[in-house]
Amino acid sequence: MRTGCDTVGLVSSGQPSAIQLRDVRVTRGAAGRVLDGLSLDIAKGETLALVGRSGAGKSTILKVINGLLLPETGEVSVEGRSTRAWDPFELRRRIGYVLQEIGLFPHMTVAENVAIVPQLLGWDATRIRARVEEMLELVGLPAKTYADRPSMDISGGQRQRVGVARALAADPPILLMDEPFGALDPVTRSELHREFRRIQSELHKTVVIVTHDMAEAFALATRVGVLDAGAIAQIDAPRELARSPDPRVRPLLEPLLEAHAFLS
Amino acid sequence: MNLLDFLSAHRAEFLGLLLQHIILVGASTTAAIAIGVPIGILAARRPRLGAPIVWLANVVQTIPSLAMFGFLLPLPLVGGLGARVAIIVLILYALLPIIRTTVAGVRGVDRALVEAGTALGMTPRQLLWRVELPLAVPGIVAGIRVAAVIGVGTATIAAAVGAGGLGEYIFRGLSMVDPTVILAGAVPAACLALAVDGALLLGERSLKRRRVSPRTAAVAAAAVLLAGAIGFAAWMRASGGDTVIRIGSKNFTEQILLGELLAQHIERTTSLRVERRLNLGGTFICDRALRSGDIDIYVEYTGTADTAVFKHPVETDPSRVLERVRAAYAEAGLTLLPPLGFENTFAILVRGEDARRLGLRTIADAAGPAASWQAGFGYEFLQRADGYPGLRDRYGLNFAAAPRAMDLSLIYRALAQKQVDLIAGDATSGLIAAYDLFMLEDNRRYFPPYDAVPVARRAALLRHPELRSAIEALAGRITVDDMRKMNQAVDAERRDPAEVVKAFLAQLERERPSKG
Repeated sequence: MRTGCDTVGLVSSGQPSAIQLRDVRVTRGAAGRVLDGLSLDIAKGETLALVGRSGAGKSTILKVINGLLLPETGEVSVEGRSTRAWDPFELRRRIGYVLQEIGLFPHMTVAENVAIVPQLLGWDATRIRARVEEMLELVGLPAKTYADRPSMDISGGQRQRVGVARALAADPPILLMDEPFGALDPVTRSELHREFRRIQSELHKTVVIVTHDMAEAFALATRVGVLDAGAIAQIDAPRELARSPDPRVRPLLEPLLEAHAFLS
Repeated sequence: MNLLDFLSAHRAEFLGLLLQHIILVGASTTAAIAIGVPIGILAARRPRLGAPIVWLANVVQTIPSLAMFGFLLPLPLVGGLGARVAIIVLILYALLPIIRTTVAGVRGVDRALVEAGTALGMTPRQLLWRVELPLAVPGIVAGIRVAAVIGVGTATIAAAVGAGGLGEYIFRGLSMVDPTVILAGAVPAACLALAVDGALLLGERSLKRRRVSPRTAAVAAAAVLLAGAIGFAAWMRASGGDTVIRIGSKNFTEQILLGELLAQHIERTTSLRVERRLNLGGTFICDRALRSGDIDIYVEYTGTADTAVFKHPVETDPSRVLERVRAAYAEAGLTLLPPLGFENTFAILVRGEDARRLGLRTIADAAGPAASWQAGFGYEFLQRADGYPGLRDRYGLNFAAAPRAMDLSLIYRALAQKQVDLIAGDATSGLIAAYDLFMLEDNRRYFPPYDAVPVARRAALLRHPELRSAIEALAGRITVDDMRKMNQAVDAERRDPAEVVKAFLAQLERERPSKG
């Protein structure tokens, strides 16, 4: 695959891209080649879901975007600047991150968890307090009730909301979400999907979501990319992707189609 | 006397020793935290650097504490007598548990949380202070608990180098063969260990319940450190000072009595302040302490000084020994004062019944029966040039088995209870009569003379001329009989050394008023 033209063509709107991956190659020890010459453009304000089986390289894409990994060859640029040129700490503070296993710090309260990045950025205490309250309200956890609770004292769904609030606290232009709602029961999950759509309709962040669940991708994303063996098999709007004949895409659609057939 | 009676009779002294013990453990544990936690963090983050450090701390932990005091005593800066060397030894012992738990605590932090912190944009340092350390704190506190409890136990050994603490009673009790006095040290030490453990456990629990921010923790740690440092400095200062005469003694009854006697006599006849550093762990430690200025004066025996301290070949003429010991001390800036009047030679002792049954009178008489006997000697006697090897050659003594090495405090009882058949004891021991033991005559004049003589630092004598005249007033005034009676009063009648000395000095003044 040569650079550029075919992937650039896939950007859904005329917006400039917030994140660009060009021929990115990453190998990690025994796991072999994780990303194999992958190119991808992510437009400002879009919600892109990356779907694939375990080991397809989904989480690695997030790690090269926020500079936790540097590609061996190729280039990743965020807001027009290569991740090699960014100060890694500054870069990460501009990118909200919601983690696979939530990653709330057990020794901190809910409010302290949300306040982390603003604190790292050196905001003053009043501003941080106001922002934390605002964020908790945004994710549906009234600050009065939840701010001072130890973060281990709340339910899994509530923790996930706190994770989102923490990622958004410093108002980053980019939000990365790694299997964000994977550990939740289906009812809580669809409730959080609704919440996410509401928040995203207010904030218009550039969001990259990694998931193995096509239903979740369809529920949240404006564009869905299917990853296979370290490269992108197909990337399209949900409606187009659902009709794909590609044998690398079909198996991921199977559970959806079964459920659909059963219901109708 | 039972334990409670003893403690209430010695309440002031007991509280002083308890306080010393707490300060020893507190100061050393605080310092070990200040050193061990950073080392532990470093070791956790740089395993290649950390592994040898943990290994070294492991090795240090296996050195017996008394041996550690022996290593450190002669070193400049860290060595010497008293609290300083004791605290250094205690720090060394406390380091391992603290380093270990810090390493385990920092390494044990969930990798997912470390990754989360990194993804949020924390620098390694922020990660350490905001995530790794707070999560490691309960583990580190558990390590501090272990270190403090070990410290309470090890600090009892500190009495051997004159650092005080509850070990003072344990050593005193051992040398007086008085279980009550041993318990007066051991039981409170055990209670203290339990109390420290309990208090730190409570602290650990409350830390787990109410998470402490790193800043609060750092401020609290700094406050504790500062308080510890101030307390330590104040204490070091209080125990120093120029107008204080520090009196040492070795670790057996007669020496404790002589140290107490010098102390009380100086207190009675001069305005000097006296600090007692009695019960030090043997000739070697007393000599080191005197040379380094940790004590100003102690009573030595001419023969011991000649052979054990100065390593001269054995000489048996009393005045020649006295002169060459005086000259050797003078070279080291130490002054030999006039002999106190009695001699405490080695006494080769057998049970009275054996002596009567076999008609033994001299050591030469014992050469025959020795073939079926077991001998018991103190550690020093087994090694010294004027000890067992020469005695064996002079008298042709060949025992059934190699002599058993025993603690001096247990040796008389071991003979009386027939665990051994012949011992080397002190001629002035009160236990000779108490246990019906018989002293064999040294008919071939093997043992050198052992006149009791005070040795003092010349500098102390020059600074305080009244010290010299006070000690000189004691010249020739303590007879062998006096000494045996005093020893017996303590060893057999379980009387308090200070009281025995007080009574003796009062009697001395009544019967033979001093010239001054």
